[in-house]
Amino acid sequence: MASWNVNDQRIPQDRLALVSYLSVAFVVLLLVGFWKLQVVQSGHFTDLAERNRVRSIPIIAQRGVMLDREGRVLVDSYPSFSILLLRDDPKSLEKSLPQIEEGLGISKEDLHQQLEAARAEPKFQPVVIKPAASEADIAFVESHRADLPVLELMMVQRRRYPHGEMLANTVGYVGEVSPQDLDQSDGHYRPGDIVGKAGLERQYNDQLEGTDGLRRVVVNSVGKVMRTLDNVEAIPGKPIQLTIDLDLQSVAETDFANKEGALIAMDAHTGEVLAMVSRPTFDPNDFAVRVPSKEWASLNTDHETPLLNRAIQAQLAPGSVFKVVMAAAMLESKALPATYTAYCGGSAVFYGRTFHCDHVHGEVDLHKGIVASCDVYFYNVGKLLGIDRISHYASGLGLGQRTGIDLPGEEAGLVPSEEWSERVNHHKWYPGSTISVSIGQGAVTATPIQLARMIAAVANGGTLIPPHLLKNATGLKSASFPLSDDTVQQLTDGMWGVVNEPGGTTSGQVKLQNIDFSGKTGTAQTESFELQNKLGKKLKENGWFVGFAPRRNPEIIVAALVQAGGFGSTSAAPIVRDVVKAYYDKKNPGLLQQPSTAVNIPAPGAVHPAAASVGAHN
Amino acid sequence: MKDRARVQDFDWTLLAIVGAISALGVLEIYSSTHASGMAGMHWKQLIWISVGVAGMFLISRIDYHTLLDLAPTLYTVGVVGLLFVLVLGYSRLGAKRWIRLGDVANLQVSELMKLIIIIVLARYFSEVRTDRLTLRDLVKVAILTIVPVALILKQPDLGTAMVLVPVAVVGAFLAGIEWKHMAVGVILLGALIPVGWHMRTHLKPYQQQRIETFLHPEEDQRGAGYQILQSEIAVGSGGFWGKGFGKGSQNQLGFVPVRYSDFILAALAEEQGFIGVCIVLLLYLGLILRLVDNAQKAKDRAGMYVVAGVTAILGFHVLVNASMVIGYMPVTGIPLPLMSYGGSSTAFVFLALGLVMNVRMRRFVN
Repeated sequence: MASWNVNDQRIPQDRLALVSYLSVAFVVLLLVGFWKLQVVQSGHFTDLAERNRVRSIPIIAQRGVMLDREGRVLVDSYPSFSILLLRDDPKSLEKSLPQIEEGLGISKEDLHQQLEAARAEPKFQPVVIKPAASEADIAFVESHRADLPVLELMMVQRRRYPHGEMLANTVGYVGEVSPQDLDQSDGHYRPGDIVGKAGLERQYNDQLEGTDGLRRVVVNSVGKVMRTLDNVEAIPGKPIQLTIDLDLQSVAETDFANKEGALIAMDAHTGEVLAMVSRPTFDPNDFAVRVPSKEWASLNTDHETPLLNRAIQAQLAPGSVFKVVMAAAMLESKALPATYTAYCGGSAVFYGRTFHCDHVHGEVDLHKGIVASCDVYFYNVGKLLGIDRISHYASGLGLGQRTGIDLPGEEAGLVPSEEWSERVNHHKWYPGSTISVSIGQGAVTATPIQLARMIAAVANGGTLIPPHLLKNATGLKSASFPLSDDTVQQLTDGMWGVVNEPGGTTSGQVKLQNIDFSGKTGTAQTESFELQNKLGKKLKENGWFVGFAPRRNPEIIVAALVQAGGFGSTSAAPIVRDVVKAYYDKKNPGLLQQPSTAVNIPAPGAVHPAAASVGAHN
Repeated sequence: MKDRARVQDFDWTLLAIVGAISALGVLEIYSSTHASGMAGMHWKQLIWISVGVAGMFLISRIDYHTLLDLAPTLYTVGVVGLLFVLVLGYSRLGAKRWIRLGDVANLQVSELMKLIIIIVLARYFSEVRTDRLTLRDLVKVAILTIVPVALILKQPDLGTAMVLVPVAVVGAFLAGIEWKHMAVGVILLGALIPVGWHMRTHLKPYQQQRIETFLHPEEDQRGAGYQILQSEIAVGSGGFWGKGFGKGSQNQLGFVPVRYSDFILAALAEEQGFIGVCIVLLLYLGLILRLVDNAQKAKDRAGMYVVAGVTAILGFHVLVNASMVIGYMPVTGIPLPLMSYGGSSTAFVFLALGLVMNVRMRRFVN
């Protein structure tokens, strides 16, 4: 039937045997392959399987609130949603982008830029494309769960600064942890964590931030949560109470509208900061959400530097406020008699150069020198004291060094000396430079907070109070630079005269009825001619006023700086007066309305310091 | 020639091995699917196995010589069937592989072609009367094989097309291929790899992608590279003892792709560990060795070729599938015989085993 070889019985046994051996060899090879995966690399793959199966969802801890000294909220947080873009599936991602752009109102460029920026990050890490989702955004994500699985919502705690710009430079702001901090945190932070970036947010970040919780869930291959493995609740951050008095702060902020400069008000006994202003400023709410890079660049390069806290970071010529240091040096060193007088003819020549004064003051003694702020008097005092004596007393009263306030980035200012000149300028100190320093110009610079503390020290006998913003701060130490009672009396009487005597530089414009308000004006030339040239106009002088009350052993000290404000007497002094007035209005309502006979304000130098203190305290 | 073949002469050892593998397959299908929307799949697989066993008995009753007589007809039917699939076939998942048979089942002609090629090549090789295969013979074998391979490739189904090749290779080897021809063949194959590399742009996108991901699995996290990676994770995380029946997270949570079918060995490796894999692979080795034994004991050269063809196809399936699961080979869609879920593939294996029984039952028949 068949044409083919039906009964051929030659079976190739050898070659069949070879097939068997080959089969054994293949199975052995396969087993080696499985052995490698299942025994040699088992640990590695077990990790990968766990990573597949378990998804850790952080529960963001609520950041602690900041309260003012009376418990009023300065900063708090509220829950909000961020929209995440999952990137593990590049193809479906690409397809979804146009719909996402339209649905969430994100520009194409913006979205691509964000994806580009995250390119180096691992694929499984989602990108936050909309940090503060509106209700419409959330609805969009929820209703497109099926066709846009690349979108995900994450609940976050967003920082809220209900008072906006008020106190902004002091409280600071929060933002995403920087790559450097991320590296240094030793795993404490994850990318995208929110941390304090500036001000108190940064200073007290450890207390405020709390500990994030973690929910570990089992997910299937399409990311659906099957069950919860464990749940570690977040520990909210601790609230911090500040020494700030919102009422005083409001008064100061209002006065600083449209002005540039800074103010600091402190309890003169304890160093508690009652108000702190820096202008221009910013709205920290803008930072609570991601700051577009353009806006960030402008904030940083703005020559008006809104991010600077000028109360602690502006190092400027103190102007005539420095005369208080000069007077203290003169009296304490006894290098000159307390009765030293000088003749002011409107100007004087020192080392071949003419130095001017605002007025022709005639015969001037120390009291008049302070009250009328006579430059010529202090030129002479400075020349006789010499730079190192000035430097000694300036440093002793806290200038040229940080006050140690609980804020990051405080500046030290500068007190020049012969040693400083040789170290920094590599030449001997020119005695002529001492003349400028004597009226707070030249090389000497100070911050508003230093001047406040210095004046407080002069008025309280030499105690350098520790400025601080945390209400229940512990471990505060006052430095001491004892001044004699006589010195304190002469200087405070002088500063009382500045406000209250007819010849005072404030011309009686900032007197407060029934309050023993004293202080010292300053009007400092701004040295930077480059800046003047750049702006194409001559800058007005910086106005200073450091005021306190009462005259002896004061309870409140306020320093104000109005940059380009002109005379300190007209620009800064009224602001300080308003804050001091607000302080007493609040402390003792009606005091300022009482007839002046209720409080006996003694004539300068007529009353023992203790008695004056009692009188002023009412 | 009286047919005195008896069922008692079935290879019961072989059947025991087959039964064990099938049982493990059904258990793993159950484990992989019981907690999902596909629950109950193991019952369907049991039905396929029953159908297969019935088919095995049926095909063993028809003397394989008769089947070999029909070789030219079967070949023609097969090739026409493949052409028919290409023109009028039923598309699923972007490939035309099926002919609709009513509402119940879809016939995958390429599975049938595997059986036909075994018979056709057995017939062809048994017509070679010498101990040495001439170049002329080799070319004919090549042509006989390439026609259906090309048609199946066109569907496209790279995996099934590839599976036909070892039947020809093993057959040629047993028919006494000359070493020099074998050397040339190996060299040609080696040369084809760079040619294929340049031709890859002519491949279907999904095939291109499979090759790309095989070469760079880490660059494609959701595509075929993702599948291989997830398979490796399943296998590796199973460790030596396994995570336990129904407890493999990769398997149960759906990370292992088509875990009840092509990647069932990965699912088993995760839950039963290296021990389980050893048992399975040794069962397969036993199956293959038992098949070779049957080839050696065949009554005639024709029967030997039939059994060898079955051995070649099943061995190739196991080798390629297991290699894929551990990332040694790209994803080609070749199932693991007897374990992977699937009607046509399960039926094919039992029919092929029916051919083996057919030969064995007749070894003493004259």
